[in-house]
Parts: sequence; structure tokens; C-alpha cells
Amino acid sequence: MKQDRIISAILMGLALSAILGLSLIAVFVFKEGVPIVLRIGARDFLLSAEWNPKEGLFGIRSMIVGSAMVTLGAMLIGGTFSLGLALVLTQFAPPRLTHVLKPVIELLAGIPSVVYGFVGVQTLVPFIREHLGGPGLSVLAASIVLGIMVLPTITSISVDALQAVPRSYWEGSIALGATRWQTAHRVMLRAARSGIIAAVILGMGRAVGETMAVIMVGGNTLAVPRGPLDPVRTLTANIALEMGYATGAHREALFATGVTLFVFIMILNTVALAVSRRRSSGAAFR
Amino acid sequence: MSPRPIVLERIVVALLWAVAAMTIGVLLFIVGFILLRGLPHVSWQFLTESPQKMGREGGILPMIVSSALVAGLGVLIAAPIGVATAVYLTEYTRGGRVTAVIRFGADCLAGIPSIIFGLFGFVFFAITLGLGLCVLSGALTLAVMVLPTVIRTSEEAIRAVPDAYREVSYGLGSTRWQMVTRVVLRSALPGVVTGVVLSLARALEETAAVMLTAGSALRMPSSLLDSCRVLPLHFYLLAREGISMDKAYATAAVLVIVVLAINFLTYRLMRRFIGKAGQYV
Repeated sequence: MKQDRIISAILMGLALSAILGLSLIAVFVFKEGVPIVLRIGARDFLLSAEWNPKEGLFGIRSMIVGSAMVTLGAMLIGGTFSLGLALVLTQFAPPRLTHVLKPVIELLAGIPSVVYGFVGVQTLVPFIREHLGGPGLSVLAASIVLGIMVLPTITSISVDALQAVPRSYWEGSIALGATRWQTAHRVMLRAARSGIIAAVILGMGRAVGETMAVIMVGGNTLAVPRGPLDPVRTLTANIALEMGYATGAHREALFATGVTLFVFIMILNTVALAVSRRRSSGAAFR
Repeated sequence: MSPRPIVLERIVVALLWAVAAMTIGVLLFIVGFILLRGLPHVSWQFLTESPQKMGREGGILPMIVSSALVAGLGVLIAAPIGVATAVYLTEYTRGGRVTAVIRFGADCLAGIPSIIFGLFGFVFFAITLGLGLCVLSGALTLAVMVLPTVIRTSEEAIRAVPDAYREVSYGLGSTRWQMVTRVVLRSALPGVVTGVVLSLARALEETAAVMLTAGSALRMPSSLLDSCRVLPLHFYLLAREGISMDKAYATAAVLVIVVLAINFLTYRLMRRFIGKAGQYV
């Protein structure tokens, strides 16, 4: 029994390394990034649109606006399409087709993000430049590429949520004379709601945090984007583009950009965890 | 006046099918596009030679080796820690505050963007610990990054082991440790391996975090403390700086094939594992 206690202690020590990792990340990124925010003032850092490291001007408004626009666009595109796909796979497609397609979609979640970005540059960017105007490298291009990237994640989790709805709900609705579409959106979607919301929030986190694909199709200019055809630089792109050569206050400002991102992601995570916890406690009632 | 339900049904279902077909079409187009343009430039020489003139000529051998080293080492570090965490969470505690805290930590870690792992790895492993931009810094950063994946998949695999196995093991007089190592882990092994391989695929495709911690040197790394350039980063630099589009496509094709092959393999493993477990229960 003494041996059991020792093993248990060792395992607990190893298990705490996830917490240790999280704390180290928070401590080191904050330690590097927070001082400069205090020096400049959080208001100026977050709200000024002047980013000029040579002049010592560090304002990230254009990146915050850029990240928000791109993420919103990605969720509109990715969310709509994955929801449609999930509904087809669970409510309308023959089971055998779903059986083949779901793993195919999950396989595609593994395509490296640089590859998504590259295909975007080669096909989507010239298309937007020629048919819609602007430089092509734009909020729209970044939103579409990110929307496609988060598709597999959102679809796969939404399919799981829809499949977890008890069969009797579907049977009850059909027996009452509802059409399949009425059943799908008034019964199944509503019953799977919290799972789908969790999936969308998870996809949103991925979209906000994505770096390489956005650098490739976004255009990376420093101006605040005014419309979907304007080029854009996100928070993540700002860090990845300039980290290679930044020193001193410039590097601190990039870490501060990371802190902004970190805080935003933690808020998203907490909301997602709360939603999915509500889902699992709801499941206990069934 | 709204359309009759049955008409609406037809319209909506047709629309949904169009959306689904478009989505699958786009995803398959991306893979096909890369393979069609890249595969013609992939040859034995390309895979086994060093790059010349910044990658304009020659092959990608050092990047293949670097990717294997950084991702392989990262997963090798994360796997034992992750499996131990999963064993602790499933076999040694039942609820409680410690479990809640550990699970919260793993969930949060899973949501952090890779660029932040990069910032952390850069300031912690490369600067504070003095390792510099090198294979080891990159591997340690990736280890922290894939840890939650290993924990979650191992946990699921261990939970899938029927309680009857544990009861029989205890009934035969084994200690908890014997039960865990000889019964639970043995029957959960395929699931655990699947999780580890899946995190290997994730580590192989990671670009941003590795760029900030392992550097981008073109030459073959001669030790773990050498700077190196992984495959996805090489591809990114070739494409972005317009060094050579043919080589960029070829590198992308190699990357896509490796990652899809690993994912496919894990999928098959998982199917077999689930089928087998079903047989015994």
C-alpha cells in the first residue's frame, strides 16, 4: 500500500505538468508583454492605430479590428456551411454516405494551414482581384480561407451533437406530421443547440489564433481595414511577421500583442467550457 | 403567404445538398490542386538531396530530417507525461478539486493559439534556459502544445476499458499498479497509440510555433542544439518569397501526403480498435 501511495504521488506530479505548462506560458508571456502596456497606457496601446516601431509608436487598433473582421467573416462562412453540411449528413443523407464522408472531412482537418493559405493565394486572391476589385489580398480572402479551415472542426463536432439527440425526438416529430425539414430545424437543431454553440466557439478560437494562412492571404498592411476588400493584418500575423528581427521595446510590444490575444482566447475558452458543461449536465436529465 | 411545408421542404433540402456538395468539393479541390501541381516535381533526388541556392534547386532532405527530429522528439516527450496524466485522472482520482484543476489546465492549453506557444518557447526555452533557436527548443515547445491532445485521447481510450477487467484483476489479487499496467493500459494500448500518432501529425504541420523556436537554417542539423528548418516553414518561405514555385508545390505535396497518410492510418487503427473492443464486451 505504501508503494501505491508513492506511485499515486508520482503520477499526480506528472499530471500537474499541464497546469505547470499553462502557468509558465501565462507568466512568461505576461512578464515580457505587460510592462510596455503599463508604460504606454492600455488605452493608447489598444486604441491607437499608429504602429511604427522605429518611432516607438505601438498601437494595435488596426490589428484588433482586423482580427475581429476576419474572424467574424470566417464564422459567417464556415459556420453556415458546416451547419448545412452537418444537417445533410445527419438528417438527409443515406447513412452509408455519412459513414464515408465524415471520416473524409475529419482527414481534411489535418491539412497544414500553410497549404490552405497557399491554395488561397494561388486561386482565390487573383479571383477577387479580377472580379471584385481591390488588391485581392483582403479581409474577404482571409475570411474565406479561414472559414474553409474551420469547416472540418465545426462540422465534425456538430454531427456528433446532432447524432446524440435521442432517436425518439425525431420519431415523435415525424409522427406528428412534421416534414423532415421542420423536424430538422425545429426539433433536432434545437435539441443539439448547446453542442453546436460549443463547436462554433471552438472554431472561432481556431480562427482567431490562426497565423500562417492569414499572413499569406491577408496582405498585412498597417491601415485599419474599412471594408471586405481592404488588406488586413491580424494580431497573430503582426507577431509572426516582426518577431524575427524585433528587439527591445519593439519585441515587448509584440509580446503585448500576444497578451491581448491570450486574454481574448481565455475568455472564449471559458465561455465554451461553460456551454459544454451545461450540455453534459443537461444530458444527465435524459 | 408562406409556401406550403412540402414545397419549402423540397427547396431547403436542395439548398442544403448544394451547400454540402460545394463544401466537400472545395476540400477535395485543395488536396487535388496541391497533388496535381506538386507530384510531377517530386522525385527520388528531391527527397534525398540538400537544397541549393536557397532552395531554388536541389531537394529537401534536411527539412525532412528536421521535421522528423522536432516533431518526433516533441511527441516522445509529451507521450509519457500525457499518458501518465490520463492514468492519474481515470484510475487514481475520482472527481475532486485536483482533477478539476488538471482538466481545466489541459482544456485551456488546447485552446491557446500556436503563435503564443511560439512566443513562450522563444522566451522560455531559447532565452531563459539558454538553449537558443534549435531542434530541442522547437521539440520542447511542441511537446507542451500537443500534451492536451495526448491526454484527451488516452483518457478516452482508458475509459473505454470495461470495468469488469479491473474487477477481475483486483479479484485475482493484483495491486492497483499491476492492474493499471498489465490490464488497463494493455487493452487501451491501440487507442493510446492512435492519440500519440494523431498528435505527431499535428506536430508535423505546425509552422508558427516552430519558426519562433527552432529557427530557419537551411543546413542539415548536426546536433539537437543546431538551428533547423522544418518542412512547412520551408514551403512557406519558398512560396512567400517566390524562390521557386515548382519546389514549393513539390514540398507541399510531400507534406500533404505525409500528414494525410498519418491521419488515415490513425483512422484505420481506431476502427480496428473499436471493432475489437466491441468483440470482447
